[in-house]
Amino acid sequence: METEFTPLVSLAGGLLIGLASVLLMAARGRVFGATGILAGFLSPSSSTDWAWRAALLAGMVTGPLVYLAFAGDFPAIEVPVSKAMMIVGGLIVGVGVTYGSGCTSGHGVCGMARLSPRSIVATLTFMLFTGITVYVVRHVLGM
Amino acid sequence: MKLIATYLIGLVFGVGISISGMSNPAKVLNFFDVAGTWDPSLAFVMGGALLVAFFGYKLVLKRPAPIFEPVFNVPTSRVIDARLLGGSAVFGVGWGIAGFCPGGALPALGTGNVDVLVFTAALVAGIFLAKGLMAASARRQAAAA
Repeated sequence: METEFTPLVSLAGGLLIGLASVLLMAARGRVFGATGILAGFLSPSSSTDWAWRAALLAGMVTGPLVYLAFAGDFPAIEVPVSKAMMIVGGLIVGVGVTYGSGCTSGHGVCGMARLSPRSIVATLTFMLFTGITVYVVRHVLGM
Repeated sequence: MKLIATYLIGLVFGVGISISGMSNPAKVLNFFDVAGTWDPSLAFVMGGALLVAFFGYKLVLKRPAPIFEPVFNVPTSRVIDARLLGGSAVFGVGWGIAGFCPGGALPALGTGNVDVLVFTAALVAGIFLAKGLMAASARRQAAAA
């Protein structure tokens, strides 16, 4: 499935993701890692810790609705893989980000922006393995 | 007030993800499919986010404390171990299979899309599975010591 190259809107989205990360650091002194925020929301250490995570997640989930209000449609979600691959992929992502202490937002944006050696190594590692996996799935297995 | 501000910060992130294409598995997988239907858009997402975060953090972290909290609470570990490398490699495999990462999927829950719900449920199950495995191995190590 081909997708259109969208450098300007993708850049604009990236600038907003970066802005949200900076604002969360300025307001609460935390990195904006989706994995860490979700894990802390699911297993909170206190009610105040849970409350800010819930507020942040509520804001994140409202994002597509604001997008809908301006663009007239939800952001495109085109899924070229099966439900089974969604389940298997989701499970594997959950295990990986927990052991690896972060994902694209936590390591890839916040950690790399702080020049954290851990995050730079983590990001290079998961990008490499995502690339290998996509190659194997599409060009070796032909799925 | 603090929670409303936090909600709005989450909203900025959610709008950014929605615009960027990070919650579109077809676009995400095409970014990695250099040998096939390559779409380099996501490099611009990463570039834009890093540009703002790099300079923004420099300004913010000069301040003595965040606005709502007494201290900054940023990760300080510099250990590069098998857990970090293995976990990141496993995450990469899962991202390559499904096309969703946690930051791309969570805002997309707001669309009510079924694939996002399925992925997120599996993601949550995977997080609890890993936490259970980590707790079990910690208990074994404590028992052996």
